[in-house]
Amino acid sequence: MRRRPGILRLAPGLTLVLLIGPVVAGLLGTLLPALSSRAAALGELLSWPGLGPALWLSVKTGVMSTVLALAITLLLIASLQGSRAFAALQHLLSPLLSVPHAAAALGLAFLIAPSGWVARALSPWATGWEVPPDLLVLNDPGGWALTLGLVAKEVPFLLLMALAALPQTDAARRRLQAQTLGAAPSMAFAVAVLPALYRQLRLPVYAVLAYGMTAVDMALILGPSRPPTLSAQVVVWMNDPTLATRGIAAAGAVLQLFAVLAVLALWRGGEVLARRLLLTFATHGLRGRKAEPALRGLALASGAGVAFVLLAGLSGLALWSVAGLWSFPDALPESWSLRIWAQAGDGLAQSTWTTLVIALSATAMALALTLACLEAEFRHALRPGDGALVLLYLPLLVPQVAFLPGLQQLALRLGVEGTPLAVAASHVVFVLPYVFLSLAAPWRAWDGRIALSAHALGATPDRVFWTLRLPMMLRAVLTAGAVGLAVSIGQYLPTLLIGGGRVETLTTEAVALSSGGNRRLIGAYALIQMILPALGFALALLLPALLFRNRRGMGVGA
Amino acid sequence: MREGLCLRDLHVMRAGQPLVSLSAEIAPGEVLCLMGPSGAGKSTALAAILGALPRDFIGSGQVLLDGRDVSALPPHLRRIGLLFQDDILFPHLSVAQNLAFALPPERRGRALRSAAVEAALEEAGLSGFGPRDPATLSGGQRARVALMRALLAEPRAILLDEPFSRLDAERRAQMRRFVLDTITARAIPALLVTHDREDALATGGRVLTPMGVPVSP
Repeated sequence: MRRRPGILRLAPGLTLVLLIGPVVAGLLGTLLPALSSRAAALGELLSWPGLGPALWLSVKTGVMSTVLALAITLLLIASLQGSRAFAALQHLLSPLLSVPHAAAALGLAFLIAPSGWVARALSPWATGWEVPPDLLVLNDPGGWALTLGLVAKEVPFLLLMALAALPQTDAARRRLQAQTLGAAPSMAFAVAVLPALYRQLRLPVYAVLAYGMTAVDMALILGPSRPPTLSAQVVVWMNDPTLATRGIAAAGAVLQLFAVLAVLALWRGGEVLARRLLLTFATHGLRGRKAEPALRGLALASGAGVAFVLLAGLSGLALWSVAGLWSFPDALPESWSLRIWAQAGDGLAQSTWTTLVIALSATAMALALTLACLEAEFRHALRPGDGALVLLYLPLLVPQVAFLPGLQQLALRLGVEGTPLAVAASHVVFVLPYVFLSLAAPWRAWDGRIALSAHALGATPDRVFWTLRLPMMLRAVLTAGAVGLAVSIGQYLPTLLIGGGRVETLTTEAVALSSGGNRRLIGAYALIQMILPALGFALALLLPALLFRNRRGMGVGA
Repeated sequence: MREGLCLRDLHVMRAGQPLVSLSAEIAPGEVLCLMGPSGAGKSTALAAILGALPRDFIGSGQVLLDGRDVSALPPHLRRIGLLFQDDILFPHLSVAQNLAFALPPERRGRALRSAAVEAALEEAGLSGFGPRDPATLSGGQRARVALMRALLAEPRAILLDEPFSRLDAERRAQMRRFVLDTITARAIPALLVTHDREDALATGGRVLTPMGVPVSP
């Protein structure tokens, strides 16, 4: 405590600089050229005929997917929590959180494409199709496939965030209180729990909204192409080898940033309206008894739908990677083959290695910073305010496409663009918030009397950290590490831009392959892409259970 | 220079409210009792003596150990031992590892250290319990391990924070006897915090409230 007063005390500040610095520097690097020397670029952007549709598509898919994902999440908790169906859904959906966005999108694409599983299941007996129909189900101009993909990917995230926040809202007692006053379960939830829960859920919802409006990898796989969403178009411009479209790309990125800010402001207004509506419900004594069965049915159907879309899609990926001959409309392959694994083995191994090196470095860095912050907070009795939480969320709220181009310019000037290390450093910006959010609650819940007992035995703060707290927190630390790995493995845009297209990870490869037609190859890449994070979580469960198998007090019993 | 634990004008305030006001000398082997209802500042007094007051508490005064002022030292350098009401055994370590944790690093040599641990176990009537998982011990056994662990750190004074309140009536009297006898035999000054009259009577010494008012148990 007294021996090295300075070092740990600096950790929170250093972490914020590493987190916010790249975002601010990147924004400036994007904004300044777009606003000053290249004012012409703005005119160029405004005269692009696709601008209106592309912008509208971004707003529509982002808002629709967020509204739907939030509605399904709240519906599940409101009408099903405590039931066996809810427990089953929770078990199905929790592991799916770690599936990278690109893999989930590719799985959905395999499912709903004209030659996908859904069409196969219905053909030819119901549809009469002997060959895949010429329908634009996937990449539809309305962006519905993209919306569906976003909803399926965000429901597990919002559900877990909500379940983590619920205990802090005194939910069970409040709800019971409202029910004893005559409200049906869902209404009791909406009136008595939702306002407090939403306050905790607000930042995750904003992150989902910002992501939904600006996701590039999912938009490239599931979204329309003429025009694509604004963010996807910006990336197309940025990747133009002639560099002639750099200016318009920067202008588009700036427009995307302001679009997200405007929609977030509108959403905030919507929150106020929704709150008024809820208050009206409450004061008018609405009980919601008639609606309850319908809400339950809707919750079951939508929850099962999300689980089906994700699981069937991912199974499809796995199946294609080992399929031999598989002609339409057969539901299963006629023969099996490991040919694609043998053919693509070298490339796969190379991408897997690059992915792992980047993910492990970024996660190790994020874990070290998080632990240093939390330990500084403990030793110096610091109390981070709400502002710190907003800053932590900042990299998730600012559209990637708005600050990564500027950051890429910076990396170019520093001469580190295109190196795996620079890519890993950029991943830290996105990995750190998730690692911190995952570790902070269990770390802070540790019984401080253990530290006091040990100090009274003469143990220094460092000894308490290394021999008591860290081993006791092993499971939480490894879980946070697994979360970090999953986030890093799934990153598309930072890898593409900071890597200058030369750092090839499983995600960039899978997205690049998605426009081609080799389903077996796509399946193989996407399969590895989703297995790696799953392995991380398995390790986080197994390792503490193995190490502490003879320690009942550690709560790791098999 | 007086031997023992000396509290000189020890005051703790919180939000303008005085919680603790103590001046006392505790001789080696003596047990001073702090009594009062819960929330009366008993645990705050212990935290102040250990040097672990939470941030919104304001403490003043001095803590002297064998004549040396330890008020400016962090908890791990004060050499004041502590027993909580829940025996805080480290759950990821075995019983023997818990005990070895407390042995000062100056006690070198694996054989010497494990002999000290074994001797402590024997004194507590727990020979052969070394490799056990602490979670598999009974409440009374855990309490005895916690006491031996506190003593292995060779404290110059020991604070007891309701250490018997989680035990049933029969074990309670037994354990109280064991703890008090052990502390007296080693001539360690002790401060016992309790809300139980029986505990206070058993010490046979002075009884104060956290505000320093003498009470007759």
